[in-house]
Amino acid sequence: MPASDVAVEERPAPSASVEPVVNDFSIQVATVNGSGSQTANLVLLRAIFQMGVPVSGKNMFPSNIAGLPTWFTIRTNKDGYIGWKKKTEVLVAMNPETAREDTLNLDADSMVVYDESLKLDSVRSDLVFYPVPFDRLVAEVTRDVKMRRRIRNMIYDGVLSRLLGVDLDQMEIALRKQFGNKVKVVALNRQALDVGYAFAEQHLEKRDPYRIESMDENGGRILIDGNAAAAIGCMMAGVTVVAWYPITPSSSLCETLIDYLRKYRVDKETGKASFAVVQAEDEIAALGMAIGAGWAGARSMTSTSGPGISLMGEFVGLAYYAEVPAVIFDVQRVGPSTGLPTRTAQGDVLSTAFLSHGDTRHPLLFPCSPEECYSMAVNAFDLAERFQTPVFVLSDLDLGMNQWMTQPFEYPAKPMDRGKVLDEETLERIGRFGRYRDVDGDGIPYRSVPGRSMPAYFCRGSGHNESAQYSERADDYQRNVDRLMRKFETFRNWLPAPVVEINRKARVGIIAYGTTHWAVVESRDQLRDEADLQTSYYRHRAYPFRSALASFIERHDRVYVVEQNRDAQMVTLMRTDLRPELAGRLRSVLHYNGQSIDARTITDDILIQEGYRVEFSEADELVPRDAGVGGE
Amino acid sequence: MATATQSLKKKKINRIGLELPVYRGSKTTLCAGCGHNAISERIIDACFAMGIEPTQLVKLSGIGCSSKSPAYFLGSVHGFNTVHGRMPSVGTGALIANKNLVAIGVSGDGDTGAIGIGQFIHLMRRNLPIIYIIEDNGCYGLTKGQFSPTADVGSVLKTGVVNDLPPIDTCALAIQLGATFVARSFSGDKKQLTAILKAALSHRGTAMLDVLSPCVTFNDHEGSTKSYAYVKSHADQLEELDFVPYFEDISVDYEPGETQEVTLHDGSRLYLKKLAESYDPTDKMQALGVLHDTHERGEFATGLIYVKPAADDFLTTLNLVDEPLASLPEDRVRPSKAVLTEIMESLA
Repeated sequence: MPASDVAVEERPAPSASVEPVVNDFSIQVATVNGSGSQTANLVLLRAIFQMGVPVSGKNMFPSNIAGLPTWFTIRTNKDGYIGWKKKTEVLVAMNPETAREDTLNLDADSMVVYDESLKLDSVRSDLVFYPVPFDRLVAEVTRDVKMRRRIRNMIYDGVLSRLLGVDLDQMEIALRKQFGNKVKVVALNRQALDVGYAFAEQHLEKRDPYRIESMDENGGRILIDGNAAAAIGCMMAGVTVVAWYPITPSSSLCETLIDYLRKYRVDKETGKASFAVVQAEDEIAALGMAIGAGWAGARSMTSTSGPGISLMGEFVGLAYYAEVPAVIFDVQRVGPSTGLPTRTAQGDVLSTAFLSHGDTRHPLLFPCSPEECYSMAVNAFDLAERFQTPVFVLSDLDLGMNQWMTQPFEYPAKPMDRGKVLDEETLERIGRFGRYRDVDGDGIPYRSVPGRSMPAYFCRGSGHNESAQYSERADDYQRNVDRLMRKFETFRNWLPAPVVEINRKARVGIIAYGTTHWAVVESRDQLRDEADLQTSYYRHRAYPFRSALASFIERHDRVYVVEQNRDAQMVTLMRTDLRPELAGRLRSVLHYNGQSIDARTITDDILIQEGYRVEFSEADELVPRDAGVGGE
Repeated sequence: MATATQSLKKKKINRIGLELPVYRGSKTTLCAGCGHNAISERIIDACFAMGIEPTQLVKLSGIGCSSKSPAYFLGSVHGFNTVHGRMPSVGTGALIANKNLVAIGVSGDGDTGAIGIGQFIHLMRRNLPIIYIIEDNGCYGLTKGQFSPTADVGSVLKTGVVNDLPPIDTCALAIQLGATFVARSFSGDKKQLTAILKAALSHRGTAMLDVLSPCVTFNDHEGSTKSYAYVKSHADQLEELDFVPYFEDISVDYEPGETQEVTLHDGSRLYLKKLAESYDPTDKMQALGVLHDTHERGEFATGLIYVKPAADDFLTTLNLVDEPLASLPEDRVRPSKAVLTEIMESLA
């Protein structure tokens, strides 16, 4: 947006007497990608987290390697809201390309830390400006050209430490977490922090209201991104075969998994691995390998994003119909096609639920937090083997690649469920082996695994009878797909139950899933506080849905389904399960611009639909940013 | 086992005490006289002769006439008829899950050369221990006779359509990509094909076999370069093959100087009786040269074209524990509570 389009109300510069704003504001660091600012941003985030202040960090980055604008936003919130908030109060302007526009986007009374050469104080007069001579300060720390950029970033951390009151020692602890035993690197970065701090102490008079003060709100929690959490879950689930193909935003799931597996799953005596990771030639081959491994009895998985899901369609149909276990992580990004590879969405709900041709249905898990990425990963492998079918875990870019505070992960309470794998004892009990025979009435047949001296069968995606023989008979086909549907019905009560909060006074219900949860939590409080609108809440954690869904909708006059896609995909999926009378109570709140959904958007939308408001206020409109050019 | 070996000839049982019918499959549904049926017979012969344990065998295929054929051999063996052109990835996963399995993959010229060329290429690169057979008839049989990417320039469909695109030589491609065992044979050449299959069963790495297999229905007419008549008159045998498995007493009547011996990883030996002067199948450049020269003459070089017996296979490079990954018990794949605690502390 050109600067001239932004109307700015001119006001005199604020004074230090403004009421302090403690632990309730957002810090945005604007840089270019590839400048090494990630370390400085994570150190700042972690230091605030260690001070016991609820915090969340989101990186908005371009699909590019170096040189394009990137914004890292840290939200601090004393009330524990960790969803996205549109407004930023503290700007660190390190990118000359966007500095002016970023400054113009701020609300009055915000503060700006910037390189003095940018002369941002001439742009507006209603902000608090803190010019910093970065080049001169960097020179105090190092003459090493390679280190300069990184040190420059660490200096803004030092400046913010002084201005906002972020404990320097906590920053050093965070540095040690990042760099481990690299003593020299830690020392150099600490020096940069000190130089920034000292400069601010001597030359910058505090004139803004923003402060970080220690709290005790984060007890026991950890800070992690969803992809790393899922990786830990896969390792603890006992995965043995991992096949993947790089794609944003899922790559870091398998990359982190490789790191953990190498650390914890290599035999210390022999140096041999209890796992195999293969970077396949494409997503099709990645899933093919996972299916081959699953057929041969291993716990196997792949991880991808929307374009990979599209490619995997044929193989998913094979695994569904031939009944082969596999776990597929879909870290969703914005589609269709290449779409916005570095932006978030919940746009693959329908395409994964019914992926592949013919009548197919697949179980989906919807984690909302890193803790659920972990626990659902563990669960997904049990479910895939129990039900002999592909199981999807639908994460998204926001969850997968951003830093979240979350409950620490619990050790799996139950042993691994390897499902109905034929052994001698079972064979004796069931009498005869028929690969697709429904012995137990739950739609789940017994399977034999190659190499174990049990009766063999010919696994195929073509029509087959109970004995896995090729068949084009009408009755064989229909009996088989009816059994598959029975199996799918059995799934309902094995999947993670929804999280339901019934408010007896509420006539309005809200349904959400995945990362949308965090904005809904905050929005419900806004609805209550601003409009006295009481709501109940139902958070999906899996598809197929539980019967509780219908009873939740029955209790309410109107139910808002909040999701991050254009087409109300979850509503469509729910309609396939609900009586028309109940489906008619569903309304949608949709958010699909690539940014994380925020509470304000939900609150305003529901208030308009409920008749409390007529239209959006102009101030709430999102300011688009020209950040998305480059290759994938 | 000793008893079984002693009575080998009398009762027609193999060295692990099994009779030939154990290695047979269902009745074929392919056309009468289809070359693929002959290949199935040779697979049965080779597995029986080598005494392969059926419970350790898996057979895999893609889609097409060729890929239907695994139903017609090794009926007591686990099989996986996958999707079109993607059998290599499924085989890769299966073998990673259980590295003790012996895998036979059957594909066709369309399944490999067209839709599956990507997976074929990466299979050759990885040197996965699998026997990969292309039942090559130069056409799509199951969809009624369209050209495949191995059809020769100038070959003619029954409808009179002439193929004007050059063929992919899967053998040359495989050699370039790093395949360690590359052979070409003819479905009707019982002796050569059986010897190659037996050698392939002893090879540790990808054994790529392009087996010319005329399609009696759509591609066995004048004008087709993959008809019985054409192949019989244009197959240029590189060498006469004999194969001696490691478990047999080695006594062969080859004269030194006329034969070349290739020892495979398990100690089995391949004897190549020279027909072409100084042909050395371990010489990659010569192998490619022969393929080029015979192609220029409109001929097919048959026999073991290239072999590299001592290369590391894919499963070896993965440095896996000794037991199959699929059979590892929980305590070997789920780290202890202490590990999770350590990770949690690093993130607190």
